[in-house]
Amino acid sequence: MLEWLSRLFGATEQSKDKAKERLRLVLVQDRAILSPGLLDALKEEMINVLSKYMEIDEQGLEVNLDSSDDSVALVANIPVRKVKRKL
Amino acid sequence: MGKSIVVTSGKGGVGKTTTAANIGTGLAQIGRRVCLVDADIGLRNLDVVMGLENRIVYDLIDVVEGHCRVRSALIKDKRLDNLFLLPAAQTREKDAVNPEQMKVLMEELKKEFDYVLVDCPAGIEQGFKNAVAGADVAIIVTTPEVSAVRDADRIVGLLEASELYEPHLIINRIRPDMIRKGDMMTTDDIIDILAIKLLGIVPDDESIIISTNRGEPAVLDKKSLSGQAFRNIVRRLEGASVPFLPLEETSMVKRILRLFGRS
Ligand SMILES: Nc1ncnc2c1ncn2[C@@H]1O[C@H](COP(=O)(O)OP(=O)(O)O)[C@@H](O)[C@H]1O
Ligand SMILES: [Mg+2]
Repeated sequence: MLEWLSRLFGATEQSKDKAKERLRLVLVQDRAILSPGLLDALKEEMINVLSKYMEIDEQGLEVNLDSSDDSVALVANIPVRKVKRKL
Repeated sequence: MGKSIVVTSGKGGVGKTTTAANIGTGLAQIGRRVCLVDADIGLRNLDVVMGLENRIVYDLIDVVEGHCRVRSALIKDKRLDNLFLLPAAQTREKDAVNPEQMKVLMEELKKEFDYVLVDCPAGIEQGFKNAVAGADVAIIVTTPEVSAVRDADRIVGLLEASELYEPHLIINRIRPDMIRKGDMMTTDDIIDILAIKLLGIVPDDESIIISTNRGEPAVLDKKSLSGQAFRNIVRRLEGASVPFLPLEETSMVKRILRLFGRS
């Protein structure tokens, strides 16, 4: 009963929420690493889009997943050579 | 022509063998001709879960190597005339058979049986590749734990790579008491993450251990809740739409009503 009351008032964190969140994060990583060519395909499409606006150094382009305790971020380092004056 | 179904999971110990034995027995109980195939070469278990361990003469490797005909390696179930087991070899390695040979074997068995159920070993190596070769449908078994669900997700990807799409999910060993306390992921949580079709939910149940002790699958026990869960799964496989067992009831009102036998 005490347990139920404390949950009613949101006092304790439910461990299943923790489980779900950790699972979500680990699967972002797993799927990105394991589906072959996903990051490469993404890189290629990014180059296509970006090239409309600027000249980029394709060789120097880096795309990675960066994970911390509570989030995963897509981190891209894109060296720009020139920006177009007009579209 | 029958249908071949592989029962797989990635992670070990989540209930593949238990599931294969119960679904196979359940299908046979409603009159289907069923062959259970133990593809866990070197770690054979389906025979003891089925209570057939004393009747083995030949095994799967004997068949693929041509030492005997398929028919002579099949062991007839004690209880049901239309249920058979093809046991795994115990003294051989997983690479004693290859996916091509498994495909041929599956085709042959599908001519004789309505359902061929393959119990897959844990892991994603050769044993997994053999077990999924020649399967028309995959059932993924998981438990409501982070590591098991993670491995299930990996299996979904690997099955797709083998051109096995739309796997069915069974969530095994659900503990209603832990769900109520918020200490176990729910069916919805898991489906949300894996995004595959739910075939069934099975409670964590003493009767599974008792029935395994006896070598009598729980599905044969009318009073067993997990047996009921497996009977429901069998009916869904046959195309019926059957509601899921209320293992995750969190509504106080409904629980109190049930306490007084009102629901
Ligand atoms: N629903 C369940 N309730 C209780 N025990 C279970 C349940 N499902 C499986 N078990 C037990 O868990 C253990 C592992 O099950 P098993 O079917 O051999 O898993 P796997 O084939 O995936 O390795 C066995 O001891 C089995 O009796
Ligand atoms: Mg097993």
